[in-house]
Formats: sequence, C-alpha cells, structure tokens
Amino acid sequence: MLDETAFDLRKYLRRNSASVTAWIALLALILFGLMRYDNFGSAYNFSSFLNYNAMFIAIALGMCFVIMTGGIDLSVGSVAAFTSVVAAYLSPYGIQVALPGAVLAGVGFGAINAFCIIILRIPPFIATLATMLAAKGGALVISGAQTISVDWGSNFTKLGMGQAFGLFPWAIVIVAGLTLALWLVLERTTIGRTVLAIGGSEDASNLMGLKVNRAKAFVYLLSGGCAGLAGVFLASGFGAGQPLEGIGWELSAIASVVVGGTLLTGGMGSIPATVAGALLLGLVFNVLNFENGQGTISFSAYWQMVIRGGFLFAVILLQSRVIARQQKVLG
Amino acid sequence: MDRAMKLPQRVASMPFRFHGGIAALVALLVFNAFFTPNFLQLQTLFVNISQVATIAIVAMGMTLVIATGGIDLSVGAVMALAGALAPLIFLSDLGAANPMLGVTLAIVLPLFIAGLCGVFNGVMVAVLNVQPIVATLILFISGRGIAQVLTNGNLQTFSNPSFSYLGTGKVLGLPFQGWLALAIACVLFWVITRTTWGRYLLAIGGNERAAYLSGGPVRRVKIGAYVICAVLAGLAGLIVVAINSASDAARNGNLMELDAIAAAVVGGALLQGGRAPIFGAILGAVIIQLVKYTLLANGVEDEVALIAKAVIIILAVWVQQFRRA
Repeated sequence: MLDETAFDLRKYLRRNSASVTAWIALLALILFGLMRYDNFGSAYNFSSFLNYNAMFIAIALGMCFVIMTGGIDLSVGSVAAFTSVVAAYLSPYGIQVALPGAVLAGVGFGAINAFCIIILRIPPFIATLATMLAAKGGALVISGAQTISVDWGSNFTKLGMGQAFGLFPWAIVIVAGLTLALWLVLERTTIGRTVLAIGGSEDASNLMGLKVNRAKAFVYLLSGGCAGLAGVFLASGFGAGQPLEGIGWELSAIASVVVGGTLLTGGMGSIPATVAGALLLGLVFNVLNFENGQGTISFSAYWQMVIRGGFLFAVILLQSRVIARQQKVLG
Repeated sequence: MDRAMKLPQRVASMPFRFHGGIAALVALLVFNAFFTPNFLQLQTLFVNISQVATIAIVAMGMTLVIATGGIDLSVGAVMALAGALAPLIFLSDLGAANPMLGVTLAIVLPLFIAGLCGVFNGVMVAVLNVQPIVATLILFISGRGIAQVLTNGNLQTFSNPSFSYLGTGKVLGLPFQGWLALAIACVLFWVITRTTWGRYLLAIGGNERAAYLSGGPVRRVKIGAYVICAVLAGLAGLIVVAINSASDAARNGNLMELDAIAAAVVGGALLQGGRAPIFGAILGAVIIQLVKYTLLANGVEDEVALIAKAVIIILAVWVQQFRRA
C-alpha cells in the first residue's frame, strides 16, 4: 500500500520526462546567462523579463487547457489585440472597469469558438481560424486601424508599470495567481479531470457520462478570457491598445505548451511545465538581447527570428527523442 | 440524428451531389452581376485571375498535405524565402552577364531551396514523428527571418521583363499564372487519381497504420507531399515578386497559410485527411478571392472583409459536415 502512495522520484521522472526536459533546458539557459552576463541576474532584468512575458504566459495557460482536450485555439493573438483596444477605450473608467471589460470581451470570442465547435461541430482548427480573422477585423474596425492611447490619468497604467507591494509588477502577481488557480483546477476538480479524459478519448468520456460539452465550453471560454487578460497587459504595459499586435502569438503559445511536454493530441499536460516552456522561449530573446549589448556580435531582429526557430528546432528534436522513449517505456 | 441537422442533410444528399462551394460561387457571381459596377468586364476577370492564381497554387499543395492528415504552416515563409532569392540571383554579377542563365537560375534555384524546406518539414513529420503543426512552425518562425537576413530586410526592386512574365504575361489573352495554376491542377489530379503514389497519399490520410501495415511507403509519400507543397509555395512566391517587380520579404506570403488552408477546406478537404479535392482547392481559392473583390468593389472596408471571410469559412465547413455523413 505504501509503495503506491509514496512519491517515487524515478517513476515521476520517467512519466514526466517530456516536461522535465523543459525545466532542465530552462535552468541550463538561466545558468548560461548568469555566468556570461553581469546584469542578467539583476532584480531589474528579472522583473522586466517576467513583466514582458506575463501576457505570453497567460495565453499559453489557456492554450494548454484547450490542447489537453485535443483541440486548438488559433484566435488568441487576434483576440488579445482586440481586447487591448477594448481595454484602452475603457481605461478612463479605471482598472476596475477596464480589466473585467476586456476579459469579458475575450470570453465573448471564446463563446463564439465554443458555439462553433460544440453546437455546429466545426473542427477547432477551422473554427478558431475563422474567429482569428473576425477578431482581427473587429479590432481594426473599432480602432479605425489606429493605436488607441490609454488614459494616463486613471489607475489603469499602474497594472502594467506599477509595482504590487512595492516589489513585483502587478502583471506578474496576477499571472502567478492564475497559474496556481489553473493548476488546482486541473489537479483537483471534476472539470479538470474531464478535460484530461476528453483528450484521452472523447467517445469514451461521453460513454462514461462525463459532462464533455461543458468541459469543452470551459476550455474555450478560459482561453478567450486568458487572451483578454493578455490584451489588458498589452495595453497597460505599452500605454496603448494595439490592433495590429498579436500576429503569431497563437503559435508561440502552442510552442510553449509543446515545449512544456504536452502532446497536441491531448489527454495529458502540465501547467507548471507550460509556464516553463513560455519562460524558456522568452528567455532565448532575453539572452540574445544581452548578447547584442555585449557588442561582440550584433544580431539583427531578422537573425533573432532565425535563432529562435533554430532553438525551437533543437528543443523539439530533444522532445521527440524523449517522447519516443517514454512511449516505449509505457508500452 | 438531431432535428436541427435535417435541412442541410437533405440538401447535401441531393441527387446532383450538391456542393456548398459551388452554390456559394453561383450566389457570388449572381450578386456581383447585378450589384457590382463593371463586374462583367474582361479587366475584372484579369484582376481576379491574377490574384487567385497564387492562392490556388498554394492551396493545391496544402490540399496534398492535408490529405495525409497533416498541415503546413510554413508556406507563407517559404514564399518569402523563394521570392527573396530570385532577384538576388538575376541581379548578381553572373545573372547580369548572362541574362538567360540568370533568369533560369532565378526560377530553378529558389524552387530547389523551397523543395529543401519541404524535405525538412517532411522528415520532421514522417521520420521524427513531430506533429505537423509544430514541425512546420519552425520554418514559419525562421523562414521569413532567413529571407530578411538574405536581403538585409530591404525591399528589392527590379525591372526584368523575362522574369516578370511569370506574373504579368498573357497566353491567349488570359494571365499566364492562371494557365499555370490550371496546368498544375491537371497534373496533380492525374497524380492523385491514376498513380500508386496518389493512392497511398489517400490511404495514409484514411488510415495511416493500415497503410503502413500493408507495406505502403508511408514515409516517402508523406515527405513527397510536403516537398510538393513547399515547391508550389515557392512558385507562388516567385509569381508575387514577378507581379510587383519588387520583393519584400516582410510582406510576401504574409498570412498565406491561412488563405491556403481556408481555400483547401472550403474546397472540400477534410482536416483528418483521406481526401484530396484538387479542383476543390481552386474553387475555394476563387470563392475567397471573389468575396474579397465583392466587398472591396462595393466599398466595404478591408477589415470588414476579414469578418465576412470568417463567416464564409464557418458556413462552408458546416454545410460540408453533412456531406461526409
């Protein structure tokens, strides 16, 4: 009996080897940065790095839930652009209106996705592709294709630029809370378990009488809401609603989830590892910026894209080896 | 079955094999004939053909990849890469000294490099078993970057009539790239319906394990699909550059993966694989182009056109659901 409940590190590592790869790569990159650059470990770099990546982490968290059901949400980037404009328009009323307003706008797009996928039975890839176009169009229409400046007199910009308790930027605190909450939802609630079961086999979940449609609706609403939150961070951090932003964000979110060891086929996934994946992809940029600052080699923005792709390639190669071995072990 | 599904199901099972795409096309044509000024003119036809050809060419390649149950997100980046290479080649010293050789190389080499991109995608998917979205994500991110590194991010303008023929030439009074798209469609249609390669392509999408167990060359066929897709994307990149007499690595093929996937799906490709409607892809590309044109010609803003495109994609897929059953 004891053996079954006791924590077996080797067994854990074997079962979670794909997520562990992400943690090891993240630690290795941090160590590399600490040894090579003087200010890499400074509080300033630490907090500005996390602050900038808060929006990507938020989106990746929502995406992780969607992917665990075997679905995908391509609309998140455009939805974040849309909600950043909404947040900018609502900013004169203060953060207490702009934050829930923008998140609700995101949830609204999530509802459209859920309707198309669950009621109309459109494949998630296509449904969210269409919402992506619609959200992009919507963002351009309501903003007149202009960036919309936020109201600097209200408390809205404090969210992106001020500090909570004089320590961390608010965005980091919010994202840390979200991570903890979603981790509990996944590990401790019925809906979390249903999400994993759907990814394992949707037919079986239906036959077992699980509330499949409710769980599926939940993940798309959640993903829309997370994108809405990212839009708030975008608007408050940069002082403007930006209808043209968000291009390719869905793909970096997918990459974060995959680097975190989650298979796109669903049925498994880890919230902390997804955060590690998002941090890892962001850290590559951070390290490149330091490399530029050293002045020895100057990487242009174009080279950064190439190197980022190359890095993704390396991690994916590593993952594919690890996952192949894992599948052999689990038979 | 649900009651709500009855009507579309009935429509879908009509004797003449009702196709949602064809109905949409007819509706668009009728609407335009009545309401869009100057629609029934040759000039309008030329404009639409030259715009639709690039989408159609990429969508046909995408259809092959989708038929294997995959997806290729890198087509836009491959277009940018091929498009950036061509002017570099015929503007080089060698190309300037031997114009004929220069133009030939400017077409062959970029297509070859595009093919290598396809090999990369195909090997990632078929040999290393990386999921197609993730595998093609790598080139999606870095491909455009490579193109911009090659050109320093500059816009390359040029004047080279023999290369520009790709985008501006006319055969029998109609744009050359339209004929090219049609020729490619005929070849691909023949390949899919008449060759063993084509049969394996569909078999893999239908049931990969079964195809593998029955001794099919699953890996080779899959890699082949990605290579064809990438070469066609490269060709589309060359056409865009030829039309503009300029190559802009930042914009060439931007968001093309979405148009191509949408065109393939509107044309009847199933994302889970097993079907490769080549002429459907052309139909899908025509519909998407006509919607854009209809809205623009009637003074609707570009942004609203995106929303209309979204609605059309959803409607087309929704109607096709019932054809499958």
